Amino acid sequence: MDFNVLVQALTILTLAIFVGFEVIAKVPPTLHTPLMSGSNAISGITVVGALLAAGGGHSQFAQILGVVAIALAMINVMGGFVVTNRMLRMFKRKK
Amino acid sequence: MAEAYINLCYLVSSALFIIGLKCLGSPRTARTGNLIGSWGMLIAIAATLLGKSILSYELIIVGIVVGSFLGVLLALLVKMTAMPQMVGLLNGFGGAASLLVAGAQYMTQGEQNIYVLIGIVLSVVVGAVTFTGSVIAAAKLQELISGRPLVYPLQKTITLVVAIVTIGFSVLLVREINNDYLYILSAISGLLGILLVLPIGGGDMPVVICLLNSYSGMAAMFTGFTFKTPNAMLIITGSLVGASGIILTAIMCKAMNRSIWNVIFGGFGQVQQGGAAATKAHGNIKSGTAEDVGMLLDGARLAIIVPGYGMAVAQAQHVVKEFSDALMKKGVDVKYAIHPVAGRMPGHMNVLLAEANVPYDQLYEMDKINPQFSEADLVLVVGANDITNPSAKTNQSSPLFGMPILEVDRARAIVVLKRSMNPGFAGVDNELYYNSKCMMLFGDAKKSLTDLISAVRQ
Repeated sequence: MDFNVLVQALTILTLAIFVGFEVIAKVPPTLHTPLMSGSNAISGITVVGALLAAGGGHSQFAQILGVVAIALAMINVMGGFVVTNRMLRMFKRKK
Repeated sequence: MAEAYINLCYLVSSALFIIGLKCLGSPRTARTGNLIGSWGMLIAIAATLLGKSILSYELIIVGIVVGSFLGVLLALLVKMTAMPQMVGLLNGFGGAASLLVAGAQYMTQGEQNIYVLIGIVLSVVVGAVTFTGSVIAAAKLQELISGRPLVYPLQKTITLVVAIVTIGFSVLLVREINNDYLYILSAISGLLGILLVLPIGGGDMPVVICLLNSYSGMAAMFTGFTFKTPNAMLIITGSLVGASGIILTAIMCKAMNRSIWNVIFGGFGQVQQGGAAATKAHGNIKSGTAEDVGMLLDGARLAIIVPGYGMAVAQAQHVVKEFSDALMKKGVDVKYAIHPVAGRMPGHMNVLLAEANVPYDQLYEMDKINPQFSEADLVLVVGANDITNPSAKTNQSSPLFGMPILEVDRARAIVVLKRSMNPGFAGVDNELYYNSKCMMLFGDAKKSLTDLISAVRQ
């Protein structure tokens, strides 16, 4: 990674933070718990890094770390999405 | 699949995550939003698996199957009252996953690239702090360890020393590739996470959980920088989660009128021993029966229910709903007043009431409900304390002073369901209980509510 590549990555980072603040600030308090469990789920995106670490044909120890990371991240992904869905299913309007 | 196509898939996934979060802006579209997010995740994982950099699949499949199974199991079994622990635990797993990925990246570092190394160090430190901190937070919420602030001599000094050592090893790790430094840095960062969360009490957990939620996102974001070509997918998604946690943290702090530094280093709930004596309220407490409340409700038009953590502990949300149904049958309008820090995480009360089938448009935020208390014939406080304490507005010497509260003391009559006269989390006496309009109904909230229901139905 040279300096130019770093700056490009930091550009993406900065824009993503702005988008994040804009979008999340509009979530009403009543949905804050599902927001948190939902963001648990998408923070499981580390699984992408874990897949690359586990499958990249590196040393065995690095592979094992990668696989454990996959399992942990998948708990987040599946646990997060399923429990969020379970919660949101209960939110109903007055009939 | 060629690199460019994988990146294209990542672009689609990132867009889906953002759209998904946007849909969380309204309860009507929220479920769809969650589904859209899960599609984004599926695309990201599938694209990565099809990439050329994946050489072996056997172990990977095992990891995916085991993790998915445990995740679904956890999600289906967890009780709604235990959501704060669940979210806490998931924060921790996210942090741990990032820590492990960064560790694996460090071990396979061929060349020494300063930016990659810095990314690895940040990912290790934030990941480890998130992991151990979240485990402690979840254990406190589950009451495996005491929810009270745990303080010991020289606590702040010790934490500071550990923090400095962490920084020291971070520098070493960047300057020289040595796996031993990696293990030590992981361990010492983990210790730092424990030391930071142990002194924080249960009532401050909403802030801690939000902050750790943000950290788990940041850890994923830093992991994106541990690759020679930075991974945009990790950077974008990690930032979204990081931003979300920070916003929620700010909301929680504002609702307690405290700064984030005060929450983390203030050791709230321990300094108040002196304060509690100073703010001891005087006067008579009026204790009543369910029948007394039944009489108060004769001819009532508006009743407001104020739920708090005690409702979650007593699992009383279903009885609360039954009570409000009984009132509505008599023609009483029932509204719920939700303080931002009621419960142990943001939105905790909303989820519990949703579980009990209370429609969400019956729930009102603090700013919307406060002007309506003066029109309420009855306010019923179920397991809430500090968030109703009028001294937050009137008594400058109170530790709660300045905290926005639900102004229940403006109602015509107030009924408080409470187990005993023990003070709330802040250790402060509640002036509300000495108000002549206030009646206490001592006992288990569930039992009291059941009595109230039969009193109303008569």
